[in-house]
Amino acid sequence: METPTQAGPRVIIREFLQKRIGQDVQFADTEDIFQLGLVNSLFALELVVFLEKSFDIAVENEDLNLDNFRSVSNMETFILKKKGK
Amino acid sequence: MNLALTDTQQALREEFRSFVQTELLPYANDYDKQGFIPMELIQKLGARGYLGATLPEAYGGRNMDQVSYGLLNEEIGSACSSTRSLITVHSSLTAETILRWGTREQKDKWLPLLATGASLAAFGLSEPDAGSDTAGIKTTYQVTADGYTLNGVKKWITFAQTAHLFVIVAQGEQGITAFLVERDTPGLTVKPLEGILGTRASMLGEIHLDDCHIPAENLFGRKGWGLQQIVNTALDNGRYSVACGSLGIARACLEDSIRYAKNRRSFGQLLKDHQLIKQKIANMVTEVKAASLLCRNAGYLRDKKDPDSIIQTSLAKYHASRMANNIAAEAVQLHGALGCHDSISIQRYFRDAKVMEIIEGSTEIQQILIADHSIAGLSTIL
Ligand SMILES: Cc1cc2nc3c(=O)[nH]c(=O)nc-3n(C[C@H](O)[C@H](O)[C@H](O)COP(=O)(O)OP(=O)(O)OC[C@H]3O[C@@H](n4cnc5c(N)ncnc54)[C@H](O)[C@@H]3O)c2cc1C
Repeated sequence: METPTQAGPRVIIREFLQKRIGQDVQFADTEDIFQLGLVNSLFALELVVFLEKSFDIAVENEDLNLDNFRSVSNMETFILKKKGK
Repeated sequence: MNLALTDTQQALREEFRSFVQTELLPYANDYDKQGFIPMELIQKLGARGYLGATLPEAYGGRNMDQVSYGLLNEEIGSACSSTRSLITVHSSLTAETILRWGTREQKDKWLPLLATGASLAAFGLSEPDAGSDTAGIKTTYQVTADGYTLNGVKKWITFAQTAHLFVIVAQGEQGITAFLVERDTPGLTVKPLEGILGTRASMLGEIHLDDCHIPAENLFGRKGWGLQQIVNTALDNGRYSVACGSLGIARACLEDSIRYAKNRRSFGQLLKDHQLIKQKIANMVTEVKAASLLCRNAGYLRDKKDPDSIIQTSLAKYHASRMANNIAAEAVQLHGALGCHDSISIQRYFRDAKVMEIIEGSTEIQQILIADHSIAGLSTIL
């Protein structure tokens, strides 16, 4: 799946987050959405499924490090690393 | 969204139905009375591949898609919720979660045993003082030179009486963490728990962990990710199984009610010819159909690995479990005194249905999840 990565993971990630957190909630790409308390208990699970499906990657045991998921920018870095870019 | 069953799924449903008709339904009331299901039944479930339904063939599983697995839970659940709850804890909560998050060694060791039922698995999260509030558990783990030491009590654990492998969720230095704990671990004892309202044959137990030493390789998932990773995955899988099982209970109640209404006379008419009975049946069938579509939709999204599958599974579980309670209560009403007696299944369905509203995230917990999702954005739900 090349298309979503070309569109830029940041855009796709933000779109998903806004859908889950609420379109009217503002947060910056670098802000920690966990620390801001923006996400509920199911969110981590949904996020993993979303990242795997949208970017055609497998999130493995060792990838589960909060640093990979805490902000839009961190998630983008994580995706690019997983994609070997 | 295409909710029609494929030919393969139809054929599987026929297979499950015929198994349930001959092997389960005739005995389910006895299992309920005696408070356990026999080992021979568990062996038959294993031999049919029903205990490893969704596991890949490479591990000895039947590699079923989620829609088919939903049908299995519905059919088993229509006859015996205790047997369905074995499938829930063994396959959905444990085997599927090991498949998702286990290490290669854990998968190679456990999945072939779980797929055939050679080993049975149970899931230990709840405690005397912590249920819905999963973060409030008190069971502890401590890091040792070569592994971990667990201490605490797990309560209400389905099939704890027979399981060989337990997933135990504990609290420690790095937060909530899950472990694979074998039954013969020194310090682990299981006390049978009797007197439960429904799923009476589900062999509940209390697990006591007294300085249980666990080897390092039995850490399940990441330290500190026990809730987000293992518990969330397990409960999401479990909710799907319980949603479909609840649908099964309701459908059985409806089928029995129609059969009874066609035979029982009152005031010179068959029950089926009384308008108020027609109303009951019309309401029941509509509710069952709605739950069936929600379950099928959840299965379809689960097969697509769509992130919305998680909230849609919650929706299916919420609706199906409440609906099963309503329908079971209506079915008791329609059967009159007979509905209150243990010579028929209706009273059992009525008791079993209540349990569905409590396990895998109670009705109130689903309400919170569904409302929060809807408030953030209705598009994931509607
Ligand atoms: C037959 C059976 C089998 C079970 N099998 C297992 C098993 O295999 N493994 C396992 O780990 N557990 C098992 N359980 C336990 C089950 O998961 C818990 O009962 C469930 O999580 C609810 O917890 P609780 O009973 O402690 O109730 P509590 O969490 O104390 O809740 C009591 C009531 O308050 C409501 N409530 C709680 N919090 C809120 C809130 N924030 N807002 C509104 N209402 C709230 C609940 O919905 C409930 O109605 C089983 C239970 C039963 C009955």
